[in-house]
Amino acid sequence: MSMIALKEFKIRWGMAIDVDKCTGCGACMVACQAENNIAPVSDASDKRRALNWLVVYELSNGKAFPDHDLAYLPRPCQQCGTYPCASVCPVTATDKNEEGGIVSQIHPRCIGCRYCMAACPYHARYFNWQDPVWPRGLEKTITPDVSVRPRGVVEKCSFCHHRFMWAKDLARLENREPGRLREGDYLPACAESCPSGAIVFGDLHNPTHRVHQLAGSERAFRLLERLGTEPQVYYLSRRAWVRRQGDNYLPDEKKPLP
Amino acid sequence: MPRHSENKRFRAAGPGRQAKVFAGFFLGLALALCLGWRLFPALMYREIPQPVAFTHASHLELFDCADCHYLREDGSFSGIPGTEDCLQCHDTPRGDSRAEAEYIEKYATGEKKVPWLVHQKQPDNVFFSHAAHDIKSCQKMGCHPEWEEPEDLCGYCHPSVEALDQPAPYKENRLTGYSKSTMKMADCESCHANPDHRDLTAANNACFTCHK
Repeated sequence: MSMIALKEFKIRWGMAIDVDKCTGCGACMVACQAENNIAPVSDASDKRRALNWLVVYELSNGKAFPDHDLAYLPRPCQQCGTYPCASVCPVTATDKNEEGGIVSQIHPRCIGCRYCMAACPYHARYFNWQDPVWPRGLEKTITPDVSVRPRGVVEKCSFCHHRFMWAKDLARLENREPGRLREGDYLPACAESCPSGAIVFGDLHNPTHRVHQLAGSERAFRLLERLGTEPQVYYLSRRAWVRRQGDNYLPDEKKPLP
Repeated sequence: MPRHSENKRFRAAGPGRQAKVFAGFFLGLALALCLGWRLFPALMYREIPQPVAFTHASHLELFDCADCHYLREDGSFSGIPGTEDCLQCHDTPRGDSRAEAEYIEKYATGEKKVPWLVHQKQPDNVFFSHAAHDIKSCQKMGCHPEWEEPEDLCGYCHPSVEALDQPAPYKENRLTGYSKSTMKMADCESCHANPDHRDLTAANNACFTCHK
């Protein structure tokens, strides 16, 4: 159940992640961390403290050898069409109001109440328990167009929104329409870095973009689709057990509910 | 009632005393206004000189604004030219000004970066695109006929420096460290949140349009 009506835009930036192609190498996580100024922590296995905008989950079909099967599922912010996070934010620090449908997060506006974290069904939001610290010298790797977050605020994946801005600037300079970017003009760091090409990025509304075709595939599914959040991230798998793990089903449930 | 009795005392004091009280009141008011309007803002900001006494006026005799401040090929803005650009002319003194001699001694030899103080420097969470703020897109609609040259739009945020022999005085807020003349969010919103612009221009008031 969602509290907000679906917000539509002319452009809907989206991702199609082929779970069958994902090898779980984690290159997307590393690229994301480097691009978006996520400071290294002393113990990244401490999940209460560690911060990742994109996490690769390991899925298992739960069967014993020789029927055992694995899958890897990268999870960025799903940029929901009926965003549960922004609808609960008391200070409008997060919103979905820009052409392209990316859910924005304005860190200086955030008061750190973490209501959005409770509301997000995908656990895509993270709280800064500490100020970020870069080992001496590594602060030179900070991306200038991504702001660094202090402790006490919530952050999340922005589909590398600064790259969207860069792409629009380049289009303006080349006298192209910034509102009609070509496929590939704007790519988030994860999509760019994926060695097996599992992450395809583009405009879900544009029939010439690959992501539009992939989203309509019979292999496509979205996470927790029955909540009605209308995510802009699609997943693809030929394996039925993977598709079934994309949502919560009763053990004896045969068919997905309408 | 005490207030009543005070009024009585005030009236009983006679016109001379009344005048004194009024004079005292207005003197205090003037003092408070002086403090609030003049002294306090002056105390809030400290003036820092620019590292080099650069003159825009004499450079503009030879160059256009866009020769130094241009959009790069990737769409980003060049900002202030680097020492290597200045060195194209100033590797040896071209005149006999003290400012130039100082510049060559301090920065040109050794190719050190000049730590310019940028009047319009924005906080870390602001994304500003010079490419997006192109006067051509404002001229398309014909709503601002008075904007003819690119500088007409530049001057909306940047103080005019064309005629200056000395760098414009840079004032830093002692508490926040921000420049006094930097763009405030309200200044951005004067266009971005202007209802007349809605659906006519690309300027919109979504958070991510200006924030990062």
